[in-house]
Amino acid sequence: MEGALYSGLEFFAGYPITPSTEIAELLSYRLPARGGRFIQMEDELSSMCAIVGASLTGKKVMTATSGPGFSLKQEAIGFAVMTETPCVIVDIQRGGPSTGLPTSGSQGDVMQARWGTHGEHAIIALTASNNQDAFAMTIEAFNLSETFRTPVILLLDEVVAHTRERLIMPKPGEIPVVERLHTSVQEGTDYHPYLPREDGRLPMSDFGGVHRYNVTGLAHDMWGFPTTNPAIVHDLMRHLVDKIEGHTNEITRVKEFFVDDAECLLISYGSAARTALHVVENRRDRGEKLGLLELQTLWPFPADVVKKRCASFDCVVVVEMNMGQILHEVRSVVNDPSKVFLANKIDGTFIAPNDILDILRIIQGKGA
Amino acid sequence: MAVRDYIRVRFFPHLWCPGCGHGTVMGSMIRAIERLGIHKNDIVVVSGIGCSSRICGYLDFHTLHTVHGRALAFATGVKLSRPELTVIAPMGDGDAFAIGGNHLIHAARRNIDITAIIMNNSIYGMTGGQYSPTTGYGDLATTAPYGNIDRSFDLVNLAVGAGATFVARTTTYHVTSMIKTMEKAITHKGFSVVEVLSQCPTYYGRRNKFATPVDMLNFYKTNTTTIGSKDKEKNPNLIERGIFVQEERPEYCEEYAKVIERASQGG
Repeated sequence: MEGALYSGLEFFAGYPITPSTEIAELLSYRLPARGGRFIQMEDELSSMCAIVGASLTGKKVMTATSGPGFSLKQEAIGFAVMTETPCVIVDIQRGGPSTGLPTSGSQGDVMQARWGTHGEHAIIALTASNNQDAFAMTIEAFNLSETFRTPVILLLDEVVAHTRERLIMPKPGEIPVVERLHTSVQEGTDYHPYLPREDGRLPMSDFGGVHRYNVTGLAHDMWGFPTTNPAIVHDLMRHLVDKIEGHTNEITRVKEFFVDDAECLLISYGSAARTALHVVENRRDRGEKLGLLELQTLWPFPADVVKKRCASFDCVVVVEMNMGQILHEVRSVVNDPSKVFLANKIDGTFIAPNDILDILRIIQGKGA
Repeated sequence: MAVRDYIRVRFFPHLWCPGCGHGTVMGSMIRAIERLGIHKNDIVVVSGIGCSSRICGYLDFHTLHTVHGRALAFATGVKLSRPELTVIAPMGDGDAFAIGGNHLIHAARRNIDITAIIMNNSIYGMTGGQYSPTTGYGDLATTAPYGNIDRSFDLVNLAVGAGATFVARTTTYHVTSMIKTMEKAITHKGFSVVEVLSQCPTYYGRRNKFATPVDMLNFYKTNTTTIGSKDKEKNPNLIERGIFVQEERPEYCEEYAKVIERASQGG
């Protein structure tokens, strides 16, 4: 929330849902005090739609939700993908499916973040394991959203969201904030809202400005007008995917702990990475060389970094609170998938050091 | 300016069927806006999905063609973040009252200054003629081959009940009054609902004993009457047209401006 305000958040629409409601409550207090706008909409769908509408007027926008609400928002998230409208969606993951475990942590929405909306598309999803990183990743989310004109999912979980810990607020300007790229096309000259520049970026023009154009969820041409022309549709689809997948390394954020001399590598993210880091540090004290690769970018999946980092290990353990959503991604990029193992928890309780240590003992042939 | 100046001629011809009423509604919208003299840069038109929603692309304003039923939710985002803009939401009956019914009643409750123009053709036209919330009892549709058994919504009553501060009904036969009604609706400070009975000869008319679009227009002529007329007393089945509600109530964006004022003074 503080990260969003630091980024210049101006508009928030939301709907109450545990465990993300605190974000809405705080913003209803903080946003108007700085001239921003908060609205509690009638449902999850409309809050997603409202932020897209507000974004098109030139505002930095965000909504926050949890699993069931995230499902309801998916159609409009796809609309933001298709219309290339910058926005940030916070999903505080809780136990699912369905109503599941509203007050328990989970990392079960990793694939929903990737493939929740229908149709071929690319998406950016970031995560964080502590308050300070959540602050930084929120700013990243806004920056990437503006840079690539795409919805960015901030995939936190109940544990991170409800943990009270120290946050050191950077001074304004200390962390770079990306502002919207506006078109330099003057009034009276044709502005093509969906004609990418050579670098793939599309400068925007705000609703209410001098350029009047059409925004549609239908496949569209450079004017934003619906088309079924196969060549134009093909180019649009390639653009939507390539603008993100083609910049995966630029979007990738990871943290490494004791990786260089490690004999076994843990890969984790979000709150699970807290436990993983604890295990790594604890084992180091006992002379066991464990390392941790903490992923902060989940989508596009940082395939190059993971592949490179895993190459030298005979043992890789993915630590996550689901049944292996990132495990499969890791296995698909490493040379030998049989050396990648899973340490997980799916019962709503927080993953404990022993959950990881048990797996390590089995791998090392020491028995459970 | 001429009507042509409000149209994106580049995107013509339009996709509506011959005899469709939606073009008449678009023409009336343009004439209302022209008479009001609102600058094109100050108008945002937000629509959902359906034949009626395609109005969006043809109009030379800021236009946002969104997902099914959610036009008012997107429009709320636009209006609340830029209250000085004029926001108009053309919708269909399925769009506004079935899949989007929730947004309509809540926009009315908030009294946010958006003008909803609902083209009611009593059918889902874009998908080929399925029954909608306004299809009459006994009418035929592709999903009601034995006759529709659903009771139809009275859109005016629904909008009034939800608290809309401007509610009117007109038809594509009564073009002059449609233009005047739209002028008043757009000028009205608050949430306005204009229901326009608009013919769908292709999917509604053909199945329901209207041989031509003209027959449907004649139906609007002979089966509607002005609010409170003597004809209505004689024949209660006549559909009333005119302005049902026009009242002043605090508008949402103005109320939010007060919130900003209170918050910046420290609560």
